[in-house]
Amino acid sequence: MYAQMVKSTGEGVRSLDEMDPQERAFQERIDAGGKIEPKDWMPDGYRKTLVRQIGQHAHSEIVGQLPEGNWITRAPTLERKAILLAKVQDEAGHGLYLYCAAETLGVTRDQMTRDLLSGKMKYSSIFNYPTLTWADMGAVGWLVDGAAIMNQVPLQRTSYGPYARAMVRICKEESFHQRQGFDIMMKMARGTPEQKRMAQDALNRFWYPSLMMFGPSDADSVHSAQSMAWKIKMNSNDELRQKFVDLTAPQADYLGLTIPDENLKWNEEKGGYDFSEPDWDEFFDVLKGNGPCSVERLEDRNRAWDEGRWVREAMLAHADKKRAAKLAAE
Amino acid sequence: MATDAQLFEWLCRMGDNALVLGHRVSEWCGHAPVLEEDIALANTALDLIGQTQLWLGLAGEVEGAGRDADALAYRRDVLDFRNLLLVEQPNRDFGHTMMRQFLFDAWHIEMLSALKGHDHEQISAIAEKSLKEVTYHAERSADTVIALGDGTEESHTRMQAALDRLWPYVGEMFLSDDTDRAVCDPAPLRAAFDARVNAVLAEATLTRPDSDFAHKGGKTGVRHTEHLGHMLAVMQFLPRAYPDAQW
Repeated sequence: MYAQMVKSTGEGVRSLDEMDPQERAFQERIDAGGKIEPKDWMPDGYRKTLVRQIGQHAHSEIVGQLPEGNWITRAPTLERKAILLAKVQDEAGHGLYLYCAAETLGVTRDQMTRDLLSGKMKYSSIFNYPTLTWADMGAVGWLVDGAAIMNQVPLQRTSYGPYARAMVRICKEESFHQRQGFDIMMKMARGTPEQKRMAQDALNRFWYPSLMMFGPSDADSVHSAQSMAWKIKMNSNDELRQKFVDLTAPQADYLGLTIPDENLKWNEEKGGYDFSEPDWDEFFDVLKGNGPCSVERLEDRNRAWDEGRWVREAMLAHADKKRAAKLAAE
Repeated sequence: MATDAQLFEWLCRMGDNALVLGHRVSEWCGHAPVLEEDIALANTALDLIGQTQLWLGLAGEVEGAGRDADALAYRRDVLDFRNLLLVEQPNRDFGHTMMRQFLFDAWHIEMLSALKGHDHEQISAIAEKSLKEVTYHAERSADTVIALGDGTEESHTRMQAALDRLWPYVGEMFLSDDTDRAVCDPAPLRAAFDARVNAVLAEATLTRPDSDFAHKGGKTGVRHTEHLGHMLAVMQFLPRAYPDAQW
Protein backbone atom coordinates (compact mmCIF):
# COMPACT_ATOMS: atom_id res chain seq x y z
CA MET A 1 0.00 0.00 0.00
CA TYR A 2 1.45 3.33 -0.98
CA ALA A 3 -0.81 5.34 1.30
CA GLN A 4 -0.46 4.65 5.01
CA MET A 5 -2.41 5.93 7.98
CA VAL A 6 -4.34 8.48 5.96
CA LYS A 7 -6.43 10.55 8.33
CA SER A 8 -10.05 11.33 7.47
CA THR A 9 -12.38 13.57 9.45
CA GLY A 10 -11.77 11.73 12.70
CA GLU A 11 -15.42 12.14 13.55
CA GLY A 12 -16.61 8.64 12.88
CA VAL A 13 -19.10 7.44 10.33
CA ARG A 14 -22.51 9.06 10.43
CA SER A 15 -25.63 7.14 9.55
CA LEU A 16 -27.74 8.19 6.57
CA ASP A 17 -30.36 9.56 8.95
CA GLU A 18 -27.83 11.94 10.49
CA MET A 19 -26.88 13.44 7.12
CA ASP A 20 -28.41 16.43 5.39
CA PRO A 21 -30.14 15.63 2.08
CA GLN A 22 -27.13 16.56 -0.08
CA GLU A 23 -24.70 14.39 1.84
CA ARG A 24 -27.23 11.62 2.04
CA ALA A 25 -27.65 11.60 -1.74
CA PHE A 26 -23.84 11.55 -2.07
CA GLN A 27 -23.50 8.58 0.28
CA GLU A 28 -26.36 6.70 -1.35
CA ARG A 29 -24.70 7.11 -4.71
CA ILE A 30 -21.50 5.59 -3.33
CA ASP A 31 -23.42 2.80 -1.62
CA ALA A 32 -25.05 1.96 -4.95
CA GLY A 33 -21.60 1.66 -6.59
CA GLY A 34 -21.79 4.99 -8.41
CA LYS A 35 -18.75 7.19 -9.16
CA ILE A 36 -18.12 10.69 -7.89
CA GLU A 37 -16.70 13.02 -10.54
CA PRO A 38 -14.69 16.25 -10.05
CA LYS A 39 -17.60 18.66 -10.58
CA ASP A 40 -19.98 16.77 -8.31
CA TRP A 41 -20.73 18.01 -4.83
CA MET A 42 -18.72 16.18 -2.17
CA PRO A 43 -18.26 16.59 1.58
CA ASP A 44 -15.20 18.58 2.53
CA GLY A 45 -13.82 15.63 4.49
CA TYR A 46 -14.07 13.36 1.44
CA ARG A 47 -12.16 15.87 -0.66
CA LYS A 48 -9.45 16.43 1.95
CA THR A 49 -8.99 12.74 2.70
CA LEU A 50 -8.68 11.94 -0.98
CA VAL A 51 -6.11 14.68 -1.53
CA ARG A 52 -4.06 13.23 1.33
CA GLN A 53 -4.40 9.69 0.05
CA ILE A 54 -3.81 10.33 -3.66
CA GLY A 55 -1.05 12.82 -2.86
CA GLN A 56 0.70 10.30 -0.63
CA HIS A 57 0.39 7.70 -3.33
CA ALA A 58 1.80 10.08 -5.97
CA HIS A 59 4.70 11.05 -3.72
CA SER A 60 5.43 7.38 -3.09
CA GLU A 61 5.77 6.80 -6.82
CA ILE A 62 8.17 9.72 -7.14
CA VAL A 63 10.31 8.93 -4.10
CA GLY A 64 10.03 5.26 -5.08
CA GLN A 65 12.07 6.04 -8.19
CA LEU A 66 15.13 6.59 -5.99
CA PRO A 67 15.83 3.16 -4.45
CA GLU A 68 15.50 1.51 -7.86
CA GLY A 69 17.16 4.34 -9.73
CA ASN A 70 20.08 3.52 -7.44
CA TRP A 71 20.72 0.38 -9.55
CA ILE A 72 20.00 1.56 -13.09
CA THR A 73 23.64 2.48 -13.66
CA ARG A 74 24.75 -0.88 -12.25
CA ALA A 75 22.22 -3.20 -13.90
CA PRO A 76 24.18 -6.28 -14.95
CA THR A 77 22.95 -6.72 -18.54
CA LEU A 78 21.62 -4.40 -21.22
CA GLU A 79 18.23 -6.07 -21.04
CA ARG A 80 18.01 -5.72 -17.25
CA LYS A 81 19.03 -2.10 -17.56
CA ALA A 82 16.32 -1.44 -20.14
CA ILE A 83 13.65 -3.21 -18.06
CA LEU A 84 14.61 -1.35 -14.90
CA LEU A 85 14.66 1.98 -16.72
CA ALA A 86 11.23 1.26 -18.17
CA LYS A 87 9.95 0.34 -14.73
CA VAL A 88 11.25 3.47 -13.03
CA GLN A 89 9.89 5.50 -15.92
CA ASP A 90 6.48 3.88 -15.37
CA GLU A 91 6.65 5.00 -11.76
CA ALA A 92 7.24 8.60 -12.81
CA GLY A 93 4.25 8.17 -15.12
CA HIS A 94 2.13 6.84 -12.24
CA GLY A 95 3.14 9.88 -10.23
CA LEU A 96 1.98 12.05 -13.08
CA TYR A 97 -1.48 10.41 -13.41
CA LEU A 98 -1.97 10.57 -9.67
CA TYR A 99 -0.99 14.23 -9.38
CA CYS A 100 -3.45 14.90 -12.20
CA ALA A 101 -6.15 12.96 -10.34
CA ALA A 102 -5.43 14.97 -7.18
CA GLU A 103 -5.49 18.22 -9.17
CA THR A 104 -9.12 17.53 -10.08
CA LEU A 105 -9.82 18.04 -6.36
CA GLY A 106 -8.52 21.59 -6.44
CA VAL A 107 -4.91 21.27 -5.28
CA THR A 108 -1.92 21.97 -7.55
CA ARG A 109 1.01 19.67 -8.22
CA ASP A 110 3.38 22.44 -7.14
CA GLN A 111 1.64 22.74 -3.78
CA MET A 112 1.74 18.98 -3.23
CA THR A 113 5.41 18.92 -4.24
CA ARG A 114 6.22 21.67 -1.77
CA ASP A 115 4.41 19.72 0.95
CA LEU A 116 6.45 16.63 0.12
CA LEU A 117 9.74 18.53 0.12
CA SER A 118 9.03 20.19 3.45
CA GLY A 119 8.11 16.85 5.00
CA LYS A 120 4.50 17.91 5.60
CA MET A 121 3.10 15.24 3.29
CA LYS A 122 4.28 11.66 3.61
CA TYR A 123 5.17 8.86 1.25
CA SER A 124 5.24 5.13 1.86
CA SER A 125 7.60 3.98 4.62
CA ILE A 126 9.06 1.30 2.36
CA PHE A 127 11.08 3.73 0.26
CA ASN A 128 13.13 4.73 3.27
CA TYR A 129 14.97 1.42 3.13
CA PRO A 130 18.21 1.06 1.16
CA THR A 131 18.76 -1.10 -1.93
CA LEU A 132 22.13 -2.73 -1.33
CA THR A 133 22.56 -5.49 -3.89
CA TRP A 134 21.11 -6.39 -7.28
CA ALA A 135 18.82 -8.91 -5.54
CA ASP A 136 17.07 -5.92 -3.97
CA MET A 137 15.74 -5.05 -7.44
CA GLY A 138 14.14 -8.49 -7.37
CA ALA A 139 12.84 -8.11 -3.83
CA VAL A 140 11.40 -4.66 -4.49
CA GLY A 141 9.50 -5.90 -7.54
CA TRP A 142 8.38 -9.13 -5.96
CA LEU A 143 7.49 -7.94 -2.45
CA VAL A 144 7.02 -4.17 -2.61
CA ASP A 145 5.12 -4.08 -5.89
CA GLY A 146 3.37 -7.27 -4.82
CA ALA A 147 2.16 -5.57 -1.64
CA ALA A 148 1.19 -2.45 -3.55
CA ILE A 149 -0.91 -4.46 -5.98
CA MET A 150 -2.89 -6.02 -3.10
CA ASN A 151 -4.17 -2.58 -2.23
CA GLN A 152 -4.35 -1.08 -5.69
CA VAL A 153 -6.38 -3.74 -7.43
CA PRO A 154 -9.44 -3.10 -5.22
CA LEU A 155 -8.89 0.65 -5.61
CA GLN A 156 -9.81 0.30 -9.27
CA ARG A 157 -13.36 0.22 -7.88
CA THR A 158 -12.89 3.23 -5.62
CA SER A 159 -15.70 5.80 -5.56
CA TYR A 160 -13.74 8.74 -6.98
CA GLY A 161 -13.78 8.45 -10.78
CA PRO A 162 -10.40 9.98 -11.71
CA TYR A 163 -8.64 7.97 -9.00
CA ALA A 164 -10.29 4.71 -10.06
CA ARG A 165 -9.36 5.29 -13.71
CA ALA A 166 -5.75 6.15 -12.87
CA MET A 167 -5.60 2.96 -10.84
CA VAL A 168 -6.74 0.80 -13.75
CA ARG A 169 -3.76 1.88 -15.79
CA ILE A 170 -1.37 1.70 -12.86
CA CYS A 171 -2.41 -1.85 -11.97
CA LYS A 172 -1.63 -3.15 -15.43
CA GLU A 173 1.89 -1.83 -15.20
CA GLU A 174 2.39 -2.88 -11.59
CA SER A 175 1.64 -6.48 -12.36
CA PHE A 176 4.38 -6.41 -15.01
CA HIS A 177 6.72 -4.91 -12.42
CA GLN A 178 5.89 -7.60 -9.94
CA ARG A 179 6.60 -10.32 -12.50
CA GLN A 180 9.93 -8.85 -13.52
CA GLY A 181 10.90 -8.65 -9.85
CA PHE A 182 10.04 -12.29 -9.35
CA ASP A 183 12.05 -13.13 -12.48
CA ILE A 184 15.13 -11.42 -11.03
CA MET A 185 14.61 -13.30 -7.76
CA MET A 186 14.36 -16.58 -9.63
CA LYS A 187 17.64 -15.98 -11.45
CA MET A 188 19.32 -14.99 -8.22
CA ALA A 189 17.87 -17.79 -6.10
CA ARG A 190 18.89 -20.37 -8.68
CA GLY A 191 22.21 -18.78 -9.52
CA THR A 192 25.65 -19.05 -7.95
CA PRO A 193 26.01 -19.39 -4.16
CA GLU A 194 26.84 -15.66 -4.01
CA GLN A 195 23.65 -14.80 -5.88
CA LYS A 196 21.58 -17.05 -3.67
CA ARG A 197 23.06 -15.36 -0.63
CA MET A 198 22.10 -11.96 -2.02
CA ALA A 199 18.57 -13.18 -2.72
CA GLN A 200 18.10 -14.50 0.82
CA ASP A 201 19.59 -11.34 2.29
CA ALA A 202 17.23 -9.19 0.23
CA LEU A 203 14.25 -11.21 1.43
CA ASN A 204 15.47 -10.92 5.03
CA ARG A 205 15.72 -7.15 4.78
CA PHE A 206 12.54 -6.47 2.80
CA TRP A 207 10.11 -8.93 4.41
CA TYR A 208 9.02 -6.98 7.47
CA PRO A 209 9.17 -3.53 5.80
CA SER A 210 6.85 -5.01 3.14
CA LEU A 211 4.39 -6.18 5.81
CA MET A 212 4.53 -2.64 7.26
CA MET A 213 3.38 -1.23 3.94
CA PHE A 214 -0.20 -2.17 4.84
CA GLY A 215 -0.02 -0.09 8.01
CA PRO A 216 -0.83 -1.21 11.56
CA SER A 217 -4.09 -2.95 12.34
CA ASP A 218 -6.91 -0.53 11.66
CA ALA A 219 -9.73 -2.65 13.04
CA ASP A 220 -10.67 0.11 15.48
CA SER A 221 -9.68 3.16 13.46
CA VAL A 222 -12.36 5.81 12.93
CA HIS A 223 -10.38 7.12 9.95
CA SER A 224 -10.44 3.75 8.24
CA ALA A 225 -14.12 3.23 8.95
CA GLN A 226 -14.95 6.58 7.35
CA SER A 227 -12.69 5.90 4.34
CA MET A 228 -14.30 2.52 3.87
CA ALA A 229 -17.78 4.04 4.01
CA TRP A 230 -16.67 6.44 1.29
CA LYS A 231 -15.12 3.56 -0.67
CA ILE A 232 -11.75 5.20 -0.91
CA LYS A 233 -10.38 2.37 1.19
CA MET A 234 -11.71 -1.01 0.19
CA ASN A 235 -10.22 -3.49 2.68
CA SER A 236 -8.80 -3.44 6.17
CA ASN A 237 -5.02 -3.40 6.59
CA ASP A 238 -5.01 -6.80 8.31
CA GLU A 239 -7.12 -8.34 5.60
CA LEU A 240 -4.69 -7.19 2.88
CA ARG A 241 -1.63 -8.18 4.89
CA GLN A 242 -3.03 -11.69 5.35
CA LYS A 243 -3.74 -11.96 1.65
CA PHE A 244 -0.20 -10.84 0.85
CA VAL A 245 1.39 -13.39 3.17
CA ASP A 246 -0.84 -16.17 1.85
CA LEU A 247 0.22 -15.42 -1.69
CA THR A 248 3.90 -14.79 -1.00
CA ALA A 249 4.80 -17.66 1.33
CA PRO A 250 4.41 -20.38 -1.35
CA GLN A 251 6.36 -18.20 -3.81
CA ALA A 252 9.27 -18.05 -1.36
CA ASP A 253 9.11 -21.84 -1.11
CA TYR A 254 9.18 -22.11 -4.87
CA LEU A 255 12.28 -19.91 -4.92
CA GLY A 256 13.93 -22.03 -2.24
CA LEU A 257 14.22 -19.02 0.03
CA THR A 258 13.27 -18.78 3.69
CA ILE A 259 10.95 -16.09 4.99
CA PRO A 260 12.63 -14.73 8.13
CA ASP A 261 9.79 -15.67 10.49
CA GLU A 262 9.89 -18.73 12.74
CA ASN A 263 6.18 -18.39 13.37
CA LEU A 264 5.16 -18.58 9.74
CA LYS A 265 2.92 -21.61 9.56
CA TRP A 266 -0.13 -22.69 7.56
CA ASN A 267 -3.25 -22.58 9.71
CA GLU A 268 -5.77 -25.02 8.30
CA GLU A 269 -8.58 -23.70 10.44
CA LYS A 270 -8.42 -20.12 9.22
CA GLY A 271 -7.30 -21.16 5.75
CA GLY A 272 -4.30 -18.84 5.86
CA TYR A 273 -0.83 -18.49 7.32
CA ASP A 274 -0.05 -17.49 10.87
CA PHE A 275 2.85 -15.04 10.91
CA SER A 276 4.71 -12.57 13.12
CA GLU A 277 3.84 -8.91 13.24
CA PRO A 278 6.55 -6.52 12.12
CA ASP A 279 8.19 -4.26 14.67
CA TRP A 280 5.70 -1.40 14.81
CA ASP A 281 8.08 0.79 16.80
CA GLU A 282 10.39 0.70 13.82
CA PHE A 283 7.47 1.61 11.55
CA PHE A 284 6.58 4.67 13.64
CA ASP A 285 10.24 5.68 13.73
CA VAL A 286 10.37 5.52 9.94
CA LEU A 287 7.19 7.61 9.67
CA LYS A 288 8.79 10.19 11.93
CA GLY A 289 11.67 10.51 9.50
CA ASN A 290 14.06 8.07 11.13
CA GLY A 291 14.14 5.44 8.40
CA PRO A 292 17.58 4.28 7.25
CA CYS A 293 17.36 6.49 4.13
CA SER A 294 14.70 9.04 5.13
CA VAL A 295 17.10 11.96 5.16
CA GLU A 296 18.77 10.98 1.87
CA ARG A 297 15.45 10.53 0.06
CA LEU A 298 14.15 13.97 0.95
CA GLU A 299 17.56 15.48 0.37
CA ASP A 300 17.63 13.97 -3.13
CA ARG A 301 14.16 15.24 -3.97
CA ASN A 302 14.97 18.69 -2.62
CA ARG A 303 18.22 18.84 -4.55
CA ALA A 304 16.51 17.86 -7.80
CA TRP A 305 13.86 20.51 -7.19
CA ASP A 306 16.33 23.27 -6.22
CA GLU A 307 18.82 22.51 -8.98
CA GLY A 308 16.02 22.33 -11.51
CA ARG A 309 14.52 25.68 -10.58
CA TRP A 310 16.38 27.59 -13.30
CA VAL A 311 15.11 25.10 -15.88
CA ARG A 312 11.49 25.43 -14.84
CA GLU A 313 11.74 29.22 -14.72
CA ALA A 314 13.40 29.34 -18.15
CA MET A 315 10.77 27.11 -19.73
CA LEU A 316 7.99 29.29 -18.36
CA ALA A 317 9.77 32.47 -19.47
CA HIS A 318 10.28 31.08 -22.97
CA ALA A 319 6.65 30.00 -23.22
CA ASP A 320 5.55 33.50 -22.13
CA LYS A 321 7.77 35.13 -24.74
CA LYS A 322 6.41 32.87 -27.44
CA ARG A 323 2.85 33.64 -26.41
CA ALA A 324 3.55 37.37 -26.40
CA ALA A 325 5.18 37.18 -29.84
CA LYS A 326 2.22 35.27 -31.20
CA LEU A 327 -0.22 37.84 -29.80
CA ALA A 328 1.84 40.71 -31.26
CA ALA A 329 1.80 39.04 -34.66
CA GLU A 330 -1.99 38.69 -34.65
CA MET B 1 33.99 -2.81 -49.19
CA ALA B 2 34.70 -3.09 -45.48
CA THR B 3 36.70 -5.98 -44.09
CA ASP B 4 35.16 -7.81 -41.14
CA ALA B 5 37.69 -6.15 -38.86
CA GLN B 6 36.70 -2.71 -40.12
CA LEU B 7 33.03 -3.55 -39.88
CA PHE B 8 33.44 -4.76 -36.30
CA GLU B 9 35.34 -1.63 -35.36
CA TRP B 10 32.73 0.61 -36.99
CA LEU B 11 29.81 -1.21 -35.34
CA CYS B 12 31.51 -0.76 -31.97
CA ARG B 13 31.70 2.97 -32.68
CA MET B 14 27.96 3.15 -33.29
CA GLY B 15 27.11 0.82 -30.41
CA ASP B 16 29.43 2.48 -27.92
CA ASN B 17 28.03 5.94 -28.69
CA ALA B 18 24.54 4.65 -27.92
CA LEU B 19 25.70 2.74 -24.84
CA VAL B 20 27.75 5.50 -23.26
CA LEU B 21 25.22 8.25 -23.95
CA GLY B 22 22.33 5.99 -22.90
CA HIS B 23 24.13 5.30 -19.65
CA ARG B 24 24.85 8.96 -19.02
CA VAL B 25 21.24 9.93 -19.63
CA SER B 26 20.03 7.12 -17.39
CA GLU B 27 22.04 8.66 -14.54
CA TRP B 28 19.34 11.35 -14.35
CA CYS B 29 16.59 8.92 -13.45
CA GLY B 30 14.61 10.32 -10.52
CA HIS B 31 16.56 13.59 -10.41
CA ALA B 32 15.29 15.69 -13.32
CA PRO B 33 14.06 19.28 -12.87
CA VAL B 34 10.45 18.30 -13.55
CA LEU B 35 8.53 15.04 -13.82
CA GLU B 36 7.90 15.32 -17.56
CA GLU B 37 11.64 15.73 -18.17
CA ASP B 38 12.37 12.71 -16.02
CA ILE B 39 10.10 10.64 -18.21
CA ALA B 40 11.54 12.06 -21.44
CA LEU B 41 15.13 11.44 -20.30
CA ALA B 42 14.32 7.84 -19.38
CA ASN B 43 12.69 7.44 -22.77
CA THR B 44 15.80 8.67 -24.56
CA ALA B 45 18.04 6.44 -22.46
CA LEU B 46 15.80 3.46 -23.20
CA ASP B 47 15.95 4.08 -26.95
CA LEU B 48 19.72 4.35 -26.82
CA ILE B 49 20.13 1.16 -24.79
CA GLY B 50 17.90 -0.60 -27.33
CA GLN B 51 20.08 0.68 -30.17
CA THR B 52 23.16 -0.50 -28.28
CA GLN B 53 21.77 -4.02 -28.21
CA LEU B 54 21.32 -3.94 -31.98
CA TRP B 55 24.67 -2.41 -32.94
CA LEU B 56 26.76 -4.38 -30.47
CA GLY B 57 24.78 -7.53 -31.18
CA LEU B 58 25.68 -7.21 -34.84
CA ALA B 59 29.28 -6.37 -33.93
CA GLY B 60 29.49 -9.61 -31.97
CA GLU B 61 28.11 -11.57 -34.94
CA VAL B 62 30.55 -9.98 -37.35
CA GLU B 63 33.45 -10.64 -35.00
CA GLY B 64 32.46 -14.29 -34.73
CA ALA B 65 34.36 -14.81 -31.50
CA GLY B 66 31.35 -15.73 -29.38
CA ARG B 67 30.91 -12.31 -27.78
CA ASP B 68 27.36 -10.97 -27.61
CA ALA B 69 26.22 -7.39 -26.96
CA ASP B 70 26.49 -7.87 -23.18
CA ALA B 71 30.01 -9.26 -23.40
CA LEU B 72 31.04 -6.26 -25.47
CA ALA B 73 29.30 -3.77 -23.19
CA TYR B 74 30.39 -5.24 -19.88
CA ARG B 75 33.73 -6.93 -20.46
CA ARG B 76 35.80 -4.42 -22.41
CA ASP B 77 37.98 -1.81 -20.76
CA VAL B 78 38.49 1.85 -21.70
CA LEU B 79 41.05 1.18 -24.41
CA ASP B 80 38.62 -0.98 -26.38
CA PHE B 81 35.74 1.51 -26.26
CA ARG B 82 35.11 3.36 -29.51
CA ASN B 83 32.59 6.05 -28.56
CA LEU B 84 33.01 9.74 -29.29
CA LEU B 85 34.51 11.85 -26.52
CA LEU B 86 31.36 14.00 -26.57
CA VAL B 87 29.08 11.28 -25.21
CA GLU B 88 31.31 10.35 -22.28
CA GLN B 89 31.27 13.92 -20.96
CA PRO B 90 29.61 13.97 -17.53
CA ASN B 91 26.04 15.23 -17.12
CA ARG B 92 27.00 18.31 -15.10
CA ASP B 93 23.79 20.38 -15.02
CA PHE B 94 20.62 19.82 -17.05
CA GLY B 95 21.84 22.42 -19.54
CA HIS B 96 25.04 20.48 -20.29
CA THR B 97 23.08 17.27 -20.57
CA MET B 98 20.66 18.71 -23.09
CA MET B 99 23.36 20.55 -25.05
CA ARG B 100 25.37 17.32 -25.31
CA GLN B 101 22.22 15.56 -26.45
CA PHE B 102 21.44 18.24 -29.01
CA LEU B 103 24.93 18.20 -30.55
CA PHE B 104 24.97 14.42 -30.70
CA ASP B 105 21.42 14.18 -32.07
CA ALA B 106 22.24 16.69 -34.80
CA TRP B 107 25.06 14.37 -35.93
CA HIS B 108 23.19 11.15 -35.23
CA ILE B 109 20.18 12.04 -37.33
CA GLU B 110 22.36 12.82 -40.36
CA MET B 111 24.40 9.69 -39.85
CA LEU B 112 21.39 7.40 -39.56
CA SER B 113 19.74 9.05 -42.55
CA ALA B 114 22.87 8.33 -44.57
CA LEU B 115 22.93 4.72 -43.36
CA LYS B 116 19.28 4.04 -44.05
CA GLY B 117 19.95 3.04 -47.63
CA HIS B 118 23.18 1.19 -46.88
CA ASP B 119 24.01 -1.95 -48.87
CA HIS B 120 24.54 -3.93 -45.70
CA GLU B 121 21.02 -5.07 -44.96
CA GLN B 122 21.31 -5.24 -41.17
CA ILE B 123 23.01 -1.86 -40.94
CA SER B 124 20.30 -0.26 -42.98
CA ALA B 125 17.58 -1.97 -40.91
CA ILE B 126 19.07 -0.83 -37.60
CA ALA B 127 19.51 2.69 -38.99
CA GLU B 128 15.92 2.83 -40.14
CA LYS B 129 14.56 1.70 -36.78
CA SER B 130 16.88 4.03 -34.84
CA LEU B 131 16.10 6.98 -37.07
CA LYS B 132 12.46 6.99 -35.95
CA GLU B 133 13.58 7.30 -32.33
CA VAL B 134 16.37 9.77 -33.01
CA THR B 135 14.08 12.06 -35.01
CA TYR B 136 12.14 12.54 -31.80
CA HIS B 137 15.32 12.95 -29.72
CA ALA B 138 16.57 15.65 -32.11
CA GLU B 139 13.29 17.50 -32.02
CA ARG B 140 13.12 17.43 -28.25
CA SER B 141 16.75 18.41 -27.62
CA ALA B 142 16.52 21.28 -30.15
CA ASP B 143 13.31 22.56 -28.50
CA THR B 144 14.92 22.36 -25.08
CA VAL B 145 18.08 24.17 -26.20
CA ILE B 146 15.93 26.90 -27.72
CA ALA B 147 13.74 27.25 -24.65
CA LEU B 148 16.66 27.35 -22.22
CA GLY B 149 18.87 29.52 -24.41
CA ASP B 150 16.07 32.03 -24.84
CA GLY B 151 14.44 31.62 -21.39
CA THR B 152 15.97 33.71 -18.60
CA GLU B 153 19.29 35.46 -18.13
CA GLU B 154 20.49 32.63 -15.92
CA SER B 155 19.43 29.90 -18.32
CA HIS B 156 21.00 31.75 -21.24
CA THR B 157 24.33 32.03 -19.39
CA ARG B 158 24.23 28.36 -18.46
CA MET B 159 23.44 27.22 -21.99
CA GLN B 160 26.17 29.40 -23.51
CA ALA B 161 28.63 27.93 -20.98
CA ALA B 162 27.52 24.41 -21.89
CA LEU B 163 27.92 25.13 -25.60
CA ASP B 164 31.39 26.62 -25.10
CA ARG B 165 32.42 23.71 -22.93
CA LEU B 166 31.19 21.01 -25.31
CA TRP B 167 32.03 22.58 -28.66
CA PRO B 168 35.62 21.20 -28.74
CA TYR B 169 34.05 17.72 -28.86
CA VAL B 170 32.00 18.42 -31.99
CA GLY B 171 34.80 18.09 -34.53
CA GLU B 172 35.54 14.46 -33.73
CA MET B 173 32.14 13.43 -35.03
CA PHE B 174 33.17 14.39 -38.56
CA LEU B 175 36.74 13.11 -38.62
CA SER B 176 37.04 10.09 -40.83
CA ASP B 177 39.53 7.29 -41.19
CA ASP B 178 39.67 4.16 -43.36
CA THR B 179 37.23 2.39 -41.05
CA ASP B 180 34.62 5.13 -41.44
CA ARG B 181 35.14 5.45 -45.16
CA ALA B 182 34.72 1.70 -45.57
CA VAL B 183 31.18 1.95 -44.19
CA CYS B 184 29.96 5.55 -44.15
CA ASP B 185 32.11 8.66 -44.24
CA PRO B 186 30.82 11.25 -41.73
CA ALA B 187 32.84 14.15 -43.19
CA PRO B 188 30.27 15.10 -45.85
CA LEU B 189 27.54 15.29 -43.17
CA ARG B 190 29.09 18.40 -41.63
CA ALA B 191 27.25 20.87 -43.86
CA ALA B 192 23.82 19.54 -42.90
CA PHE B 193 24.87 19.43 -39.24
CA ASP B 194 26.04 23.05 -39.38
CA ALA B 195 22.82 24.20 -41.00
CA ARG B 196 20.71 22.47 -38.34
CA VAL B 197 22.85 23.63 -35.43
CA ASN B 198 23.16 27.22 -36.66
CA ALA B 199 19.41 27.55 -37.03
CA VAL B 200 18.73 26.23 -33.53
CA LEU B 201 21.48 28.30 -31.91
CA ALA B 202 20.15 31.44 -33.59
CA GLU B 203 16.66 30.80 -32.26
CA ALA B 204 18.15 30.02 -28.87
CA THR B 205 20.05 33.35 -28.97
CA LEU B 206 23.30 31.44 -28.39
CA THR B 207 26.63 32.24 -30.02
CA ARG B 208 28.43 29.53 -31.89
CA PRO B 209 32.07 29.42 -30.68
CA ASP B 210 34.66 30.72 -33.16
CA SER B 211 37.24 28.06 -32.67
CA ASP B 212 36.75 24.75 -34.38
CA PHE B 213 39.49 23.10 -32.36
CA ALA B 214 38.58 19.44 -31.92
CA HIS B 215 39.65 16.99 -29.23
CA LYS B 216 39.96 13.53 -30.68
CA GLY B 217 40.82 9.99 -29.71
CA GLY B 218 37.46 8.59 -28.58
CA LYS B 219 36.29 6.72 -31.63
CA THR B 220 39.77 5.45 -32.42
CA GLY B 221 40.25 4.44 -28.79
CA VAL B 222 43.61 6.21 -28.76
CA ARG B 223 42.81 8.54 -25.86
CA HIS B 224 39.52 8.73 -23.99
CA THR B 225 38.83 11.26 -21.26
CA GLU B 226 39.24 10.33 -17.59
CA HIS B 227 35.46 10.22 -17.25
CA LEU B 228 34.94 6.98 -19.15
CA GLY B 229 36.81 4.75 -16.73
CA HIS B 230 34.67 5.84 -13.81
CA MET B 231 31.54 5.23 -15.79
CA LEU B 232 32.67 1.72 -16.72
CA ALA B 233 33.66 0.96 -13.14
CA VAL B 234 30.06 1.56 -12.11
CA MET B 235 28.41 0.04 -15.15
CA GLN B 236 30.51 -3.12 -15.26
CA PHE B 237 30.70 -3.77 -11.54
CA LEU B 238 28.40 -6.79 -11.33
CA PRO B 239 29.59 -8.82 -14.34
CA ARG B 240 33.20 -8.13 -13.33
CA ALA B 241 32.72 -8.98 -9.64
CA TYR B 242 30.71 -12.13 -10.36
CA PRO B 243 32.03 -13.39 -13.70
CA ASP B 244 30.27 -16.78 -13.45
CA ALA B 245 26.83 -15.42 -12.69
CA GLN B 246 23.84 -15.27 -15.03
CA TRP B 247 21.51 -12.36 -14.39
